[in-house]
Amino acid sequence: MAEAAAHHDEGKGQYFWVWGALLVITAVEIVLAYKQVFDPVHMLGVLMALSVIKAALIIAYFMHLKYEIARMKIVLMTSVVVCLCLMCVFIPDALRVLQLGVK
Amino acid sequence: MADVAIHPPAEAGAFEPPFLGAYSKKVGMWLFLLSDTLTFGALLFAYSYGRLSTPNWPTPFGAHSITNASVMTACLLSSSLTMVLAVLAARRGDSKWQFNWILGTMVFGTAFVVLHGMEWHGLIHEGLRLPIFPESKAATDAAGELAKASLAAPQFPATFFGLTGMHMLHVTIGVIYLGVVALRKKFIPILLVLWLGGWLMLPADSPFKYGIHVLLLCAVVAAIVVWLRPKVYDAHDVEVSGLYWHFVDLVWMFIFPLVYLMSTKI
Repeated sequence: MAEAAAHHDEGKGQYFWVWGALLVITAVEIVLAYKQVFDPVHMLGVLMALSVIKAALIIAYFMHLKYEIARMKIVLMTSVVVCLCLMCVFIPDALRVLQLGVK
Repeated sequence: MADVAIHPPAEAGAFEPPFLGAYSKKVGMWLFLLSDTLTFGALLFAYSYGRLSTPNWPTPFGAHSITNASVMTACLLSSSLTMVLAVLAARRGDSKWQFNWILGTMVFGTAFVVLHGMEWHGLIHEGLRLPIFPESKAATDAAGELAKASLAAPQFPATFFGLTGMHMLHVTIGVIYLGVVALRKKFIPILLVLWLGGWLMLPADSPFKYGIHVLLLCAVVAAIVVWLRPKVYDAHDVEVSGLYWHFVDLVWMFIFPLVYLMSTKI
């Protein structure tokens, strides 16, 4: 049996690094939002990109998906990404409502 | 049909390996988390839809709110670190540090819920409210920006309280889940005392007066689970509870920028 998770490096150091990286990215997000570096549309893109990086770090290291077999990674990540992308179909409709001037 | 009965082979390790290479409890939790991802995905998309399609979306979060939400984020990130250290201790068979790290995770999780509750309390008293909330004189008399925003853009309080309330519920259930893993049946009287104390002390006009009954419901469910399957939870159980906890942290990584940082009042 592919007990991948049981044989990976169990050093604590990597988890402290990931925790530090997550805190630093959070601080960057707060500074960007507070200084209003970008206009709202670009700000949303930047913040979501940083959130996806944070999510990837949490899933890979804290949830140990990095150490699971390839089949597990593909089944889980493909299904969730496809389903979430399908929800994006509503976004153009929200913009259309705004352009039509519906109050 | 007796001819086709499957008999376990004599040699060890001759079974077919699991399809996903993990034990069933872990796969079950991953599948639950996938379904929960869609729940939160739908709520986040509903919030985004409301935000995009509503002119004059309120931006009520000033320096105090952002500082509060940043501390809450740090609490959740730190709780994920203590949780992963609990999983490592459980794999080593170090029950003392497994317990200590889980307790640390519960402390951070409780701090998050308390800070979030205080923030809700402040917003409600400034006039941000839903029709289903109990009548509050302070909120009814409030005539500030948030009271006007609740009337002008009711999508804001609806999506804000819906999304953050759902997340707060998940964090609360996570703390209780970890309490049961760490303390087993000893945690149930603690939970009942917390429920009773909270219910008696909370003012009648607080939405948490009703929300606190989640603790009673969880105490009943936990009692049934512990009664039906009394056991000492092993490293696999700790790892599975850790998956749930990290998921709760993961969801907040999207709520924090989308709800708070995109609605800062400079």
